[in-house]
Amino acid sequence: MTGFIVRRLLQMIPLLLGVTFLTFAIVNFVPGSPVSTMQMNPKARPEDIERITRNLGLDKPWYERYLNWLGDLLHGDMGLSLANYTPVTDRILGVLPNTLLLTTTALALALVIAVPLGVLSAVKHNSMFDQTTTVIVTALAAIPSFWMGLLLIILFAVKFKAWGLPYLPASGMQDMRSAGGVVDRIEHLILPASALAIVQIAGWTRFIRASMLETIGQDYIRTAEAKGLPRRSVIYGHAFRNALLPLVTLVGLALPEVFGGAYLIEQIFAWNGLGRLTLNATQANDYTLVMGATLFFAFLTMAGNLLADILYSIADPRIGTKS
Amino acid sequence: MSEGAAAAQTTERLRSQGDWSTGVSSNRGGNLQRAWRRFKRNHVAVISLAVLFAIIIFSLSAGLISTYVTGYDYEENHLDLARSHPGQNGYILGSDANGRDVLTRLAYGGRVSLIFATMAALVTLLIGSIVGLVAGFAGRWTDSILMRFADVLLSIPSISILVLVSSIYRPGYFTLALVFSLLLWPGVSRIVRGETIALRNQPFIDAARVSGASNKRLVGRHILPNVLPIMLIWASQVIPAFIITEAALSFLGLGVQPPRPSWGNMLLEAQNYYMTNPSNVFLPGLMIFLTALSINLIGNGLRDALDPRMER
Repeated sequence: MTGFIVRRLLQMIPLLLGVTFLTFAIVNFVPGSPVSTMQMNPKARPEDIERITRNLGLDKPWYERYLNWLGDLLHGDMGLSLANYTPVTDRILGVLPNTLLLTTTALALALVIAVPLGVLSAVKHNSMFDQTTTVIVTALAAIPSFWMGLLLIILFAVKFKAWGLPYLPASGMQDMRSAGGVVDRIEHLILPASALAIVQIAGWTRFIRASMLETIGQDYIRTAEAKGLPRRSVIYGHAFRNALLPLVTLVGLALPEVFGGAYLIEQIFAWNGLGRLTLNATQANDYTLVMGATLFFAFLTMAGNLLADILYSIADPRIGTKS
Repeated sequence: MSEGAAAAQTTERLRSQGDWSTGVSSNRGGNLQRAWRRFKRNHVAVISLAVLFAIIIFSLSAGLISTYVTGYDYEENHLDLARSHPGQNGYILGSDANGRDVLTRLAYGGRVSLIFATMAALVTLLIGSIVGLVAGFAGRWTDSILMRFADVLLSIPSISILVLVSSIYRPGYFTLALVFSLLLWPGVSRIVRGETIALRNQPFIDAARVSGASNKRLVGRHILPNVLPIMLIWASQVIPAFIITEAALSFLGLGVQPPRPSWGNMLLEAQNYYMTNPSNVFLPGLMIFLTALSINLIGNGLRDALDPRMER
C-alpha cells in the first residue's frame, strides 16, 4: 500500500511540473510586462522602473525566472500580490477554508441526493419513478449552475420574502449585523451549496443508476436471489456495495468541475472564497495572485484525485496496488 | 490509476453504447438511412431537433427580427425606457438597464453563443482527433508524450485556466474560441485514442496492412471512418458544454465583451437588478437551458440510432 502511494506521488511530479510550467508560461509570455504600464506613466523615472524590473526579477531570462519561482514555490512562497504586496500564500490560505466548506458541503449534498435516487431508479427500473427521475435529471444536466444560483436567489430569497414565507439569505457567509451563529451560517450555506451540487446530482444519479443496473444483471446477484435471500438484502447487501465502488473515482474526477463551479457560485453569492478572490484579482490585474490561485486549484484537484485513487484501492482489493 | 481507469471507463462506456469497432460499413447509404429511421422513432429526439432548429433560425435571423419584429438595434439605448417589463413600452420581452430591447439581444446573443460553441467544438474536434489518432496509432513514446500533455490540461479546472488566460490576454471573440480548443482538446483525444487502439488490433487492419496499405491510408480510410460516429456523439455532448462554459465566462465578464450581446453577458448585466426585472435573468438562462437540453437529447437519440445493435 505504501509503495502504491509513493509510486502515485512520484507519478504526480511530471504532472505538477507541467501544470506549473503551463501557468508560468501563460502569465510570463505575455507581450509586454508588468512594468510596461509604468513606462507609459510620465511621472515614473527610468531608474525607478529599472529598479522595479530588477526587484521583480524581470531582467533575467525566462527559464531562470521559472526555476527561481519554482524554488520559491517549493517553500510555499507564491510571491507578493501586485495589488497590495501581501504574500499570495497568506491571501489564499485565508479564504481557503470558506471554499472548502462550500465545495465539501456541495459534494456531500450531491451524494446524499444522487445515491438514493440512482439506486431507487435502478431497483424500480422502468417504473414511473424511474422515468420521472430520468427526465428531471436530464433537465438538470442542461442547467448552467450560475443561472440556477440566480433562480434560487430570486425564488427563495426574494419571492419567499415577498410572499411572507420563511426565506433564505441571498448572499454573504453570515449575517453582517448579528454576526450570526451556526444556524445563521448554515442558512447562508444552503443556496450556494445547492446551486453547486445540482450539476453533480445530475451526472451522478445517471451514473449510479447505470452502474446499479449493470450490477443487478450480474451472475452473483442471480445466485444470491436463487439461494432465497430476501430481495432487500440482495439489493442492499450485494449489489449496492459493488455498484457504488466506481463512485469513488467519479467523485475524484468531479473535483475540477466543483472547484470550477465555485468561481461562479462564489461570485453570485458573494461567498468570500478562492474563486471570488481570484476574480477580484483578475479585475485588479494582480497576476501573481491569479497565478497562485490557479495553481492552488490545480493542486487541490490533483490531491483530490490521488485521494480518490487511494480510497478506491482500499475499497476494492481487486484493483492492484501493484500496477 | 485514475486517469487511465477513467479513460478506460469512458471508452468502455461509449463502446458498450455502440460497438463501433465491428460495425464496419460496406453500404454507407443504407446504414445512414437505417440510422435515420431509428432516430425518427425516438420522439423526444425528434422534438428536440425541432426545438434546436427553431433556436437556430431565431438566432440566425437576428437581423430580420431587429428590422421587422422589434424595430430595435441590439445596442440601441433608450435610457428613459430602461427596465421595462415584458410587453411594456412596446418591448415584447422587456428592456434591460440601458433600455435595450431584450428580444433583439436574445437573438443576437444566440447567434454569438451558437457560432462560438460550434466553432470552438469543430477546432477542438480537429485538434483532439488528430492527437488521439496519432497517439493511438503510433503508440509507444509518441503516445506517452501526447497523453502526459493531455493529463496536465485535464488536471486543472478548465474554467480557472480560462479565467487566467482571459484576464491577462483579453482575447477577442475568435481568439477566445481558439483558446477553448487549445485547452479542451484532451477530452476528445482520450476517447479517439482509446477507440483507435481498439481498432488498431482488429483483424481488418492487419488485413489492410498485409495488402500493402500505408499508415496514412490505414488511419485515413480504415480507422477514421470507424471513429467518426463516436466523434459525432462527443460533439453533441460538448457543444452544450461549450455554450455553458462560454456563458459562464461571459457571466464573469471575461468572455464575449459588451456591447456585443451573448446570453452569458446578458445574465451578468441582469444580475444587478434581479429584484425588479427577474424576467431579464430568466430569459437568457432559459435560452441556454433549452439549447443545451435539446442538443443533449439529440445526442442521446444519435447514440441509439448509430448503434447497430440497438434494433428495437
